[in-house]
Amino acid sequence: MNEIPRLRYPRIVLGLMVAAGIAGAALADGGKSEQGVPLSPKYRQECAACHVPFPPGMLPAASWRHVMADLPRHYGTDASLDPASTKELSTWIAANAGTYKRVSEEPTQDRITHSVWFVRKHNEVAAGTWSLPAVKGPSNCAACHPQADQGNFNEHSVRIPR
Amino acid sequence: MNHPTVIRYLHAALVAGAVLSSVAQASTPAQLLADYSARAGSAPSPARGRALFTAPQGREWSCSTCHGAVPTQAGKHASTGKAIGALAPGFNAERFSDAAITEKWFRRNCNDVMGRECSAAEKADVLSWLLTLKP
Repeated sequence: MNEIPRLRYPRIVLGLMVAAGIAGAALADGGKSEQGVPLSPKYRQECAACHVPFPPGMLPAASWRHVMADLPRHYGTDASLDPASTKELSTWIAANAGTYKRVSEEPTQDRITHSVWFVRKHNEVAAGTWSLPAVKGPSNCAACHPQADQGNFNEHSVRIPR
Repeated sequence: MNHPTVIRYLHAALVAGAVLSSVAQASTPAQLLADYSARAGSAPSPARGRALFTAPQGREWSCSTCHGAVPTQAGKHASTGKAIGALAPGFNAERFSDAAITEKWFRRNCNDVMGRECSAAEKADVLSWLLTLKP
């Protein structure tokens, strides 16, 4: 009888230690995505203020150059930045562009969602799903990929709203 | 000073200016309101600020499209759906705490809503209204 309660505390402690270890490893990882590099804090701060921090690896360098050269007309909104910030972000993006598998050709309108690989990977998604209020469109990754903010697009964690 | 040296100095000055323009400029909502009012040369009007914020200004979006009609809670980006933290400083201490960040968002969002930059008077009006919103 006495054995069991004595064992339970160490188990809880062990569990906490494992949990802390995992959390520590995740932090040390700096939010590294399976698709590529950890996102720079500047990228998170400036780009993810309005949308999911799209991994730079998902667009080829040429598409990113168009995007970064026209921030005042950014997919219908003004996303203008001071020149120093634009330069800093462009440098980081260029160094990490186009690394995702099958990213080579430039999609139309420099949209990740127009990429051949993107369309193919999402061909099982029903047409009506894209227009759900909770989804709004294919660029809202986080609607179905709960860890998109951390750069995790693993299909096992996909939850499609109904 | 020969010509290339002048250009080098000019370049250094420009780079320094660009760096300065992107660094944080800690402030408070009250300070920013005082600055905008001083530049406007008139007293701010919370009623005008509320009207400007809430009604469309000739384009599809108004400020409230994304921030909510009374921005005391989280809003939602009209095109991406991303959550936007409450805008009223009384409900979100980060708001209007940095002059450069405040200017960046006024520049972008006034352009999206009005197709131009806001005047100092318009910024003072909106901020004075936001400061009337208290928990």
